[in-house]
Amino acid sequence: MNKTTTTVKPVFHVQDMNLWYGNNQALKNVHLEIPENEVTAVIGPSGCGKSTFVKTLNLMVKRIPSVKLSGELHFNGQNILKDKVDLVNLRKQIGMIFQKGNPFPQSIYDNVAYGPRIHGMKRKKELDEVVETSLKQVALWDEVKDRLNSSALGLSGGQQQRLCIARAIATKPSVVLMDEPTSALDPVSTLRIEQLISELKNQYTIVIVTHNMQQAARISDQTAFFLHGEIIEASDTDSLFSVPSDRRTEDYISGRFG
Amino acid sequence: MENKAALSAGERLIKSKRNRSLGELRGKILVTLCALIMITATVSVTIFLTVKGLQSFLVNHVSPIEFLTSTNWNPLADDPSYGALPFIFGSLAVTFLSALIAAPLGIGGAIFMTEIAPSWGRKVLQPVIELLVGIPSVVYGFIGLTILVPFIREHGTGTGFSILAGTIVLSIMILPTITTIATDAMGALPSSLREGSLALGATRWQTIRKVLLPAALPSLLTAVVLGMARAFGEALAVQMVIGNVRSLPASLLDPSATLTTIITLNMGHTTYGSVENNTLWSMGLILLIISFVFILIVRYLSSRRKI
Repeated sequence: MNKTTTTVKPVFHVQDMNLWYGNNQALKNVHLEIPENEVTAVIGPSGCGKSTFVKTLNLMVKRIPSVKLSGELHFNGQNILKDKVDLVNLRKQIGMIFQKGNPFPQSIYDNVAYGPRIHGMKRKKELDEVVETSLKQVALWDEVKDRLNSSALGLSGGQQQRLCIARAIATKPSVVLMDEPTSALDPVSTLRIEQLISELKNQYTIVIVTHNMQQAARISDQTAFFLHGEIIEASDTDSLFSVPSDRRTEDYISGRFG
Repeated sequence: MENKAALSAGERLIKSKRNRSLGELRGKILVTLCALIMITATVSVTIFLTVKGLQSFLVNHVSPIEFLTSTNWNPLADDPSYGALPFIFGSLAVTFLSALIAAPLGIGGAIFMTEIAPSWGRKVLQPVIELLVGIPSVVYGFIGLTILVPFIREHGTGTGFSILAGTIVLSIMILPTITTIATDAMGALPSSLREGSLALGATRWQTIRKVLLPAALPSLLTAVVLGMARAFGEALAVQMVIGNVRSLPASLLDPSATLTTIITLNMGHTTYGSVENNTLWSMGLILLIISFVFILIVRYLSSRRKI
C-alpha cells in the first residue's frame, strides 16, 4: 500500500509536454514519471488525450503532419523531443499494442519473426527460437505450434491480440505501450490479456490506456487520470482509487461523468 | 383537402403504403429492365461470335489445328492457307511485354501516391492519369507513328514499325488502368498495418515492401491483368505502329501483327460469308476466349484477396 513510485528509476520522464493537432491543443503541460517494470494505467473519458499521450511516447504521433510538440520527454535520460532520435531504434525498444489486434496478413511465424527480421536477424535457428519464446510468453505457443505456417488472420480476436503482443516483445523491447488492448475483446480473452500483463511486468515497463476503470484498478501499479488534455491526478493506483485527492478524479471514478 | 383530413390514422397508413409500393414497383421494373438489356446484349454478342467464329471450321472446313499452329497466312493464294499463329503470338507478345513495362511503373506510381506523398502526389498524378485516359487511341497511335517509329528506325534496324513500338504505345495506354486500380488497392489497406509495422521499428520502405505490397498483392495482380485485357483488345493504335506483316517476328524490332489489327485491316475488304471473312470471325472468337480467361484470372485473384 505504501509503495512510492519515486524509489524506482523512471523510464519515461515527461515534463511540461504540450501537443497540438493544428490549432487544437490535445495535451497541456503534462508531467509524469513512468517507473521501470511497473504497469502504469492511463484513464480518462473519450477525447481526453490518453491515446495521444501513449502515441507520443514512441513518437507515433509524428506521423500526423499537423502535430506540434513542445516540452520535454525523456526516455532513459534522453530528451527524445529535442534531440534527433533514431526512430527505428526507439521503436525497437518501445513495443506498441493497438486497440484491435492488427496481425499482418501473413503466417503466424512470419508475424512474430517480422520485428527480428527487419532488425537484421537472419539465421533460421535464432528466428525459430525467438518465435517460440515470444509465443510461449504470451501463452499462445500450445495453441498454434502445429500451425505456425497458417495465416494469422485465421486466429480468434483474443489470439490475434496475443499474437500482436508476441510480435511486439519479439524485438526485445524494454517498454510495451498498450492502447486499449482489450476494448474489442470478450471478457474471457480480456482476462487472459490481463493475466499476461501481470506476468509481463516483471520484464517490461507497461503503459496501458484503458477506459475501463476496474481494469486499471486490477492490473496497474500507478494510474494517471487525464481530463481535457491535462493530467488531473497521478499516483499509485490504490490511493488514486481509494482516496482521490482531486474532486474531478473522484467524480470520474465514481461514475458521475465520462 | 377536407376529405384527406378526415381520413383516419388506419386509412392513412394503408393509403400511403399503396402509393409507396407503386413507386417501389416502378423502380424495380426499371432497374430489372436495365439488367436484362445488359445480359441480353452480352449473351447475344457471345452467341453470334461463337456461331460466326466456328463457321470457318464447320462450314469451310479450315482445320482448327492449322489455324492455331500454322504460321502461313495466305487466304488469297490458289491453295489458300489459314495459319493465324503469328497474329495470336503478336497479340500475346505485345500484351505481356506492355504489362511488363506498365506494371512496375503503375504500381510504383500507386505507392508514391498512397505512401510517399499522399497529399501533393495525388494532386499532381491524379489529373495526369485522368488525362491519359482521356486521350483517344488514334492520338496515341499517331504520336507513336510520328515519334516512336522514326526513333526506332534510326537507332535500331528495320523500318521502325515493330513489336517494340506497339509495346511502348500500349504500355502508356494501359498505365492509367494499372495505376488507378493499384492506387485503390494500396489505399484500401487498413492503416493499422502501417502503424503496426512502423511501431515495430520498421522503416517506411520496409513497411511498403514487406507488409503493404504482400497484403495488396492479389489486388495489384488484378490491376495488371485488367491492364493486359485492355492491351489485348486495343486495335487502332497498335495497327498504326506495328507494321502488320503476316510472318512471325524474330526480334523486338521486327514488324508483326495482332489479332485485332488483322481484323480491323481486313474486315472491310473481304466479302461477308467468304472463307477469309469467316476466319476473321474465328480470330474474334479467340479474342473473346482469351479475354474470358483474363476475367477468370481476375476473379480467382479477387477471391484470394486477404484483407
